[in-house]
Order: sequence, then C-alpha cells, then structure tokens
Amino acid sequence: MIKTISLRQDRLLFLGFCVAVLTMPLWMKLVGAGYPDLLQKFAIYGIFAIGFNILFGLTGYLSFGHAAFLGVGSYTAVWSFKLLSMNAIPAVLFGTLAAGVFALLIGYVSLRRSGIYFSILTLAFAQMCYNLAYSVLTPITNGETGLQLARNDPRILDRLFVQAGPGVPDVNLFGVQMFGYNGFYFCAVILIIAFYIALRITRSPFGMMLQAIKSNQNRLKYAGVHTRPYALAAFVISGLFAGLAGALLVVTDPLAGAERMQWTASGEVVLMTILGGVGTMVGPVLGAILIKYFENIFSSFNSQTLHHFFGVLPDMLEKVAVAVSGLFVGEGWELTLGVLFMLIVIFLPGGLMEGIRRIAAALSRRAAPVPPVERRYAK
Amino acid sequence: MTILQVQNVNKSFGGLRALNDVNLTVKRGSVHAIIGPNGAGKSTLLNCFVGRLTPDVGSVMFDGHSLIGRAPHEINQVGVVRVFQTPEIFGDLTLLDNVMIPTFARRDGAFAVNLWARTDGQAAVREKAEHMLEDVGLIAKKDMIASSLSRGDKRRLELAMCLVQDPKLLLLDEPTAGMSRADTNNTIELLQRIGGGKVTKIIIEHDMHVVFSLAERISVLAQGTVIAEGDPAEIKTDPRVKEAYLGGAHL
Repeated sequence: MIKTISLRQDRLLFLGFCVAVLTMPLWMKLVGAGYPDLLQKFAIYGIFAIGFNILFGLTGYLSFGHAAFLGVGSYTAVWSFKLLSMNAIPAVLFGTLAAGVFALLIGYVSLRRSGIYFSILTLAFAQMCYNLAYSVLTPITNGETGLQLARNDPRILDRLFVQAGPGVPDVNLFGVQMFGYNGFYFCAVILIIAFYIALRITRSPFGMMLQAIKSNQNRLKYAGVHTRPYALAAFVISGLFAGLAGALLVVTDPLAGAERMQWTASGEVVLMTILGGVGTMVGPVLGAILIKYFENIFSSFNSQTLHHFFGVLPDMLEKVAVAVSGLFVGEGWELTLGVLFMLIVIFLPGGLMEGIRRIAAALSRRAAPVPPVERRYAK
Repeated sequence: MTILQVQNVNKSFGGLRALNDVNLTVKRGSVHAIIGPNGAGKSTLLNCFVGRLTPDVGSVMFDGHSLIGRAPHEINQVGVVRVFQTPEIFGDLTLLDNVMIPTFARRDGAFAVNLWARTDGQAAVREKAEHMLEDVGLIAKKDMIASSLSRGDKRRLELAMCLVQDPKLLLLDEPTAGMSRADTNNTIELLQRIGGGKVTKIIIEHDMHVVFSLAERISVLAQGTVIAEGDPAEIKTDPRVKEAYLGGAHL
C-alpha cells in the first residue's frame, strides 16, 4: 500500500504463492501437518480469510457475521449434492452464488451504518441465520443433527447417466473422488484462483476506491464517489469468498451443521486476518494456517507427548514443566492461541506480515546499508 | 453570465435563525468572496451548496441544476467541488493515490466496477495526477504517505485533489486558516495562477489580506443576512460593513 507495487513484483508474489501452496504437502510435513485433512482446511480457511480481508482490510468494515455466508455456502452445496449431482462443480458454484445473494441482502441493510453499529448489525444477522438454521428451518437444514447425504436422495443429473448403486456415492470431480490429496489439490487450486482474484481487485482502481473508503469516507463522497455501492460490492465479494469456502468444506466432508454459522466462527476469521496482517495479500492465509494448525496440532498434544518432549529434564523439573505446559495444549489449546494473539497485537500490530517485513528489512540492512523508507523521507 | 443563483435561502437550527433570506448571484469565471464576522452563517451557507445541509426554504441553482436535496457526490459530479476548512485527505495513502482517486471519480463517475484493470496501468490518469502535483509543487513527495505532510502541504494536496477534477465551481472554506504568512502568500499565488478565468471560485475567509488579493466581488454576511455586496473598493468604504465588524462602535 505504501509504495506503488509494480507488475513484476506482483507476478513474483503470485508465483511464490503458487509454489508455496502446491508444495504444502512437502514442507508442512516438517511441522507435523503434512496430511490432507488438515492441509485442505488450511486452503479453505485461507480462501475465507482472503475474502474477509477485502471487506475488513481494504474497505475498513469489520463484519462479525461472515460465518453466516460460510454456512449458507455449505448448506447449498449439500443440497446440490442431494438434488442434482455428486459432482463438486455445481455444488461449489451454487454454494458461492447463494452466499452472494445472502450477502447482498444483509450487506444492503448493514451498510446503512458504519463502525461499531455495522459490526453489531452483521453480528445480529449472523446469529439470526444461526438460530434459523438450528431450529426454525429444520426441514431445510436438519437442525441439530446437521444436513447429511442419504442413499435415496434424488440426484437428478447423476440418475440420468448412472444407475443408483448401493450406499451413498462419493463426492467427485467428473469421476475423480475428492478424498485425501485429491481433495487438497482441488482446494489448493481454488485457493490460488481466489488469491489471484483478490490480488487483481486490490491493485485495481476499484480496490483503490475501497482503500479510500477506509482512509476517509467523507472526503471520498465529496470527491464525487458514491461510496455505498462500493462498500456493498466489497461486502458481496467477501460473501462470495465465504460461500466458496463453505462449499469446499462440504466437498471434502459432505456434512453441514448449524454450528458452522455461530458467532465464534465469525470471530475466528477476524482473528485470522488480524494475526496474519490486516490489508496484506498473504497475511490472511498465514493467519488461517496458524489458527487451524493450533486447533489441530496443539489440541492433539497430551501429557504423554509432553513427558516425551521434556524427557531430558530431571524428574522434578519435568513434572513442573509438564504440569505448566499441559495447561496450554490439549483442551487448552485456545489458551496458547490467546497468548499468541495478545503478543502479536501488542508487539506486531501489523500481524505476522509485519514481523516478516521487519526481519527482511533487518537482513537487507545488514547486507547493504540502505536506509529504511521512513528515514529517506525524514527531511 | 450567472453560474450560481441563491434565492431566499433560510435555515434555522432550533430557535436560531442561521440564514435569513439570503440572495446571492455569482458570475461565471469570477472570484467571489463571502466575508462576515464569526457566526454570520458563512459556513452554513456553504454547507447548503454541497449537500451537507438542506435549507428550510429557498433555492440554490447551479448551471441549470438545483443543488437542494442532492447527495454530496451528486453535487460534485455536476462540477461543484469543495475544499474543507481543515484539510481532508486520504491520510494513509500516498500523495499520488490521493490525487488519482478524484481523477478516477471524474473519469468514471460516481460508481464504476473497474476491478480487473491495474491502477498503475492507467497512464492517462496517472499523468494527469502527476501534472497536478507538479502544479502545486508537491511532485517530489508523490510517494510519501499523505498524513506525514505539514499542514500547509496538506492544504496544497487537497487543492490539487479538487483542481484535478476540473471543477466549474470551487468552494474554498477559509483556505489559509492556520497558515503562516509565507504559506498564505503561496496559497494566494497558487489560487491566482490555477484555474484562473475558467474556474469560478467562492471563498469564505476571515483574512482581509487574502480577500482583497483575490476577490473580484464580495458579499458581506452578518447575522444570516447579506448586508452588502460590491467590488473590493466599495466594500472597504461601506459603513454597514464597518458596523457589522466593529459592532457599531465609533472610532
């Protein structure tokens, strides 16, 4: 945002992103996360966070209700499996579009206010959606149990071509089953497409207007810009991304439950974006990976792993170390996340990306004494 | 030829009558100053031109368009552009971005879904913005973040953001408030140089040095009413103006 970023730099960034995502199974193995179930979660929540960042990071509107769009995407995708076809493509398309329509309605009303009132409105709408899904709309959402596939679902399109077999068929992409690494690579390719779209939007005149809304909305109005349709477009785009993520969740695991729409899930994407770096391109994806990593890896540690880890210490110390660190793993993994979140917000308000930038600056300063940007303009 | 016609504008806030039957005619291409003591209703009148306030009664016609009841962005799009009393800029964007944004707004209108083009590929807009920054003497700082500018530079940046839109009518609300004498003179020089003849300017100002250096016509507002109007020489000698400013004290 500070300097004009050249096309060349963007191409490098995009290329680097592609390589990093596609080789994730290799390097994630080093930190014990190299299995497809977790990797596809990284990709899916990465998409969710990238979209959220267009609204929060670029436009400056903090929504506390984006999980609602995730849920709508999931339910629609399951219905697409049930009614149309077990192919992933229509499920993803319909899931994304349905979330977009929802975002248009909720955004139209919520964007009449800004700041904290906007946040509260989105929170209220999301809780309404959650409660509707949980109880009132049971015929559509199957309430508490969650929406599942059944053997006798119509699957109109599939029936045209294939005889119904025994049992529930698998989700597929024109015959390729969406299990394991297939599922991950499907999500990874969509993550890359989503990243590319977000990059184009950020660097476009449209993206510039969104940044201007965040910076000084009043000035922008007096510069002749109708700010509300811009903010609404940003809201709908982020809703589409959330719906896409929701649909991908059921592509890899065809089950949709109402808890996906709860306010804690909305809060999670806010955390992801802030942890990674608000308004940066890669930050939200990093944040999403970090949170999902903690959720899955730290929560799986138990006292046995800890004893093993602290095995080199003398017995007394080992007991103390295990007792203290035991609070932060297993069921208490959120405690670690909380501490990390506090540390980052206090010491790195720009999130992980600011940390990376600082390290890069320190390294390049050591290599060649180039004065930092601020000092060059200090005069 | 008239570009702005204000007729019988009235505005009350509760019991306070801020504007009382204000009539004003501004000629195309002229520099028209509105002066008056504190609380005379100058800013209220200006806010009626830009859509921030709606008068209770009266009409404001600009170039064949009524400005009453229009949103700020619509008023800007017909060519009325406002400079604020305290500089309003996009603080966390670069100077170049600050000027490119209004340039886009003029080129693309109030709303355009232009999300696949690259901003840095828009050579025409970029050149126009850079040219404007050069005009106000800020081109060397174009990649700086706007909030780091001095107050005087912020004003010049805002002026660039307004002028780049090729306004038909430029409204300046105390353009030199809080400036040093040197900065004030720079601003006067800038305002004389830029848009001269083509751009109609309405200036609200306390500083008589600024008013008499720039204005071709002056309206004096006191207690919500226009008490005098004329060219600078007439206004200087008008006894009603002296009374309004000095509260009727005899010197």
